[in-house]
Amino acid sequence: MRPEVGSLLGAIVVIVFFYITAPAIRSLGSVSTVLYQSSTLGIMAVGVALLMIGGEFDLSAGVAVITSALTASMFAYQFTANVWVGVAVALALSLSIGAFNGWMLVRTGLPSFLVTLGTFLMLQGINLAITRLVTGNVATNDVSNMAGFDSAKAIFASTFTIAGADVNVSILWWIALVAAGTWVLLRTPAGNWIFAVGGNAASARAVGVPVKRTKVLLFMTVGFCAWITGMHQLFAYNTVQSGGGVGLELEYIVAAVVGGCLLTGGYGSVVGAAIGALIFGVVSQGVVYAGWNPDWFKFFLGAMLLLATLVNMFVRYQVDRK
Amino acid sequence: MNASPIVELREVSKFYGNIRALSSIDLTVRQSEVTCILGDNGAGKSTLIKIISGLHPHDSGIMRVNGDEVSFASPREALRCGIATVYQDLALVALMPVWRNFFLGSELASGVRPFRYLDVGRMRLTADAELKKMGIALADIDAPVGKLSGGEMQVVAIARAVYFGARVLILDEPTAALGVKQSGVVLKYIAAARDAGLAVIFISHNPHHAYLVGDHFVVLNLGRLELDAERNQLSLEQLIRHMSGGAELQALEHEMGRA
Repeated sequence: MRPEVGSLLGAIVVIVFFYITAPAIRSLGSVSTVLYQSSTLGIMAVGVALLMIGGEFDLSAGVAVITSALTASMFAYQFTANVWVGVAVALALSLSIGAFNGWMLVRTGLPSFLVTLGTFLMLQGINLAITRLVTGNVATNDVSNMAGFDSAKAIFASTFTIAGADVNVSILWWIALVAAGTWVLLRTPAGNWIFAVGGNAASARAVGVPVKRTKVLLFMTVGFCAWITGMHQLFAYNTVQSGGGVGLELEYIVAAVVGGCLLTGGYGSVVGAAIGALIFGVVSQGVVYAGWNPDWFKFFLGAMLLLATLVNMFVRYQVDRK
Repeated sequence: MNASPIVELREVSKFYGNIRALSSIDLTVRQSEVTCILGDNGAGKSTLIKIISGLHPHDSGIMRVNGDEVSFASPREALRCGIATVYQDLALVALMPVWRNFFLGSELASGVRPFRYLDVGRMRLTADAELKKMGIALADIDAPVGKLSGGEMQVVAIARAVYFGARVLILDEPTAALGVKQSGVVLKYIAAARDAGLAVIFISHNPHHAYLVGDHFVVLNLGRLELDAERNQLSLEQLIRHMSGGAELQALEHEMGRA
């Protein structure tokens, strides 16, 4: 059984459910909104799923998105540079944060839960403190009048029209990253190593897999996804709230787990994580279109997570049984 | 049977702090032979194979591989000399398919860096063919290794070592955790590997298993060589006697007047 089968069934159930109970979700515009909602989560879920298959998690992933967006925005604004300079600096920083997480992990042997919990708190503090220090405010200044803004917005946050529905470019980023992540995972030596370091790191090392390098690169992949998401947020809203991102790291993990990734590593799929993100999008918008109190969203989410975990446990049991 | 030795140890010793784990061991391993290393827990079997497989360097004495004096700093160096070790935990990843495990760390890939991609078709066919050569026909090469029986897992690990050019195969207690039937499967492949021209070093504490496939027997006791004999110089009863304390036991039997 493929890892994404459970989530695919879940997605069908959720889609049918809201198709019936929330007629407003049937329009093409709603579909586009659902996909957009899914993509903002789904881009991060690609990196987080790969990392989880490699046996680790990253609790700093949510606030790292904001760190990236803040960096691009403030750097460009303070130095009155082209926004693309800020975008490049943010990329370097995001990759460095990933590398730092990975390096700390492989050097100290501490669990990734602790290492990235530390990074999570530090980044949360830095986001607030540096933003206040630089702007005197909790949000960054508007960058929409700056040089390079239009081209950056076109790349990261523009919308175009298909059959009368507005489609956000972030959906294309999402699809591209899912395709790339799936190819790497299933069709390259690096993908083989990701499964191996998550499934049994000692065995992988014994047959010559570069375990440490693989883990560091996985954390840097999460950094790369955080950069894309951060740039999307910056150029979609023109300013960044420095306190954002907290709690999102868990939603990324939920998307990956719902998509069939084992929390303990060694098993899972990028497509599954994308389906997990889609379920998120459908539920969060479906609750709105059905005219219910949005409080119900979290309830659905929790139920979904429990169900997915049970399905995964069943898979694991099938594999372990001789 | 008198080919030149591929691995040769002369007066090799190993200390862990003040504790002498191995003292002055001589060992000769030849191609197309199964060399059995037997002994009780703590006899020094593990230390001996760790030296040959490159996990720990020896402290004194000489180790030669193909006549060249060596001291391995890592398993990778031993591997480069054609010495492959199949550990008890097998270095297999239970959740991964058989063919992915078979090529783990030495994947077949095409294309130009950084866009190298796996030759999935060739990997699956090769893994299947190599396993068939060892007499194992798997229903599904895509099945996770964890679904195979313990004996089949041993065979996958052995077939992998053979395929990747091992000339010396070290098997660490391959039958320890297996039932009678599964042990038989593994012993057959040990013989197959020997017949394919490999030098097999078979570590065991089971003299019955060892005597079924062994050509040459080494018994360790408290870090010393208790016995070093060819098959034709030794009966199973003598081997068992040596294993269960040997001379000491004989002395004890004599003392108790029951011999």
